[in-house]
Amino acid sequence: MSEPTAGSEAWPLWEVFVRGRRGLSHTHAGSLHAPDAHMALRNARDLYTRRAEGVSIWVVPSAAVTASSPDEKDPFFDPAADKPYRHPTFYEIPEGVKHL
Amino acid sequence: MTTTAQPAASAGPATPEDPAEALQAAFDAAVATDSRIEPRDWMPDAYRSTLVRQMAQHAHSEIIGMQPEANWITRAPSLRRKAILMAKVQDEAGHGLYLYSATETLGVSRDDLLDKLHAGRQRYSSIFNYPTLTWADVGAIGWLVDGAAITNQVPLCRCSYGPYASAMVRICKEESFHQRQGYELLLALSRGTPAQHAMAQDAVNRWWWPSLMMFGPPDDESSHSAQSMAWKIKRHSNDELRRRFVDICVPQAEALGLTLPDPDLRWNESRGSYDHGPVDWTEFQEVLRGNGPCNEQRLTRRRTAHENGAWVREAAVAYAAKHGEGRA
Repeated sequence: MSEPTAGSEAWPLWEVFVRGRRGLSHTHAGSLHAPDAHMALRNARDLYTRRAEGVSIWVVPSAAVTASSPDEKDPFFDPAADKPYRHPTFYEIPEGVKHL
Repeated sequence: MTTTAQPAASAGPATPEDPAEALQAAFDAAVATDSRIEPRDWMPDAYRSTLVRQMAQHAHSEIIGMQPEANWITRAPSLRRKAILMAKVQDEAGHGLYLYSATETLGVSRDDLLDKLHAGRQRYSSIFNYPTLTWADVGAIGWLVDGAAITNQVPLCRCSYGPYASAMVRICKEESFHQRQGYELLLALSRGTPAQHAMAQDAVNRWWWPSLMMFGPPDDESSHSAQSMAWKIKRHSNDELRRRFVDICVPQAEALGLTLPDPDLRWNESRGSYDHGPVDWTEFQEVLRGNGPCNEQRLTRRRTAHENGAWVREAAVAYAAKHGEGRA
């Protein structure tokens, strides 16, 4: 190892969100290292929209994201698991009834 | 999310079983049901280290792979070809970055991976230790090297580790242009003057066997294969993918008007597939050991580029500090 150099560890991690076209939400495209938000945007353009995949980009410091536990058995998601009546397919409708 | 590598132990009520066994069982069940393992899930240490090894090697291959082709950018025969080649080399840089990001989700840092590459402690694909002697090599790399890479990578889109699989989906979409531009380039040469045709044939002759080596050693000598298949990191054996690649290439070579340099290549009616001659695994091992034609050159170039870029990285950090942002 030579003298300490400023590598990606000195550059924080950013999460990149790209809006594919007008009318769609921004969706997570991936992450990258950049020294500041401005460079993160430029790097994100070069990295995630080389083929016109986006019309708008958000970058968010990864450290600013609060995440739930990934465990799918987590009680956090339990309240939604036993409520099938929240879906339209739960309801029986007589044959032939339209526009429902 | 990519920042936290270590899983939190489940905070729910204590299970009757041994907690370690329960974690292993949850992991096994996710693999068995073709679900995906995500960064903060518990995973066996060996699974994590296998992924780090494979994904780092894959990322390194992408960025080292920029060198043999970049060699021809200034000498591309037309503006069209130059623009294509620059786009392709830029894609390889992008693929490296996708893969480094994905690898970092396993709790390693990109700086550390680069240090290991520069110190020769992590590998990159041995194919990039061959030189690009003529313009036709750019075509042969696109057609054969990227073609072999695609054959390897398409099954990786279903790899059990989520971030690796999703990086591969993006990469495979982009690789398809790489392969087609190479094929088109070779076709133009093959249909050109006798000298151009000969140049195309020479490039195919030199790249064919190293491309077959890209699938790795034969199944009975492949040290990591069985466990990787069990973990569904890998979906097909080395030999199976190699045969698939040969079957794809034979008719493509015919359409190019070029031959493949293997006198033993012939259709096997009973298998419904081509038989090919023996691969020179001694050569493969030699290149892996660092004795290929360009090992030294590739690694030196990479280290130099990294060192020469240090002031840019430092300046960017200083600028961000001065303007009071970026310290997320």
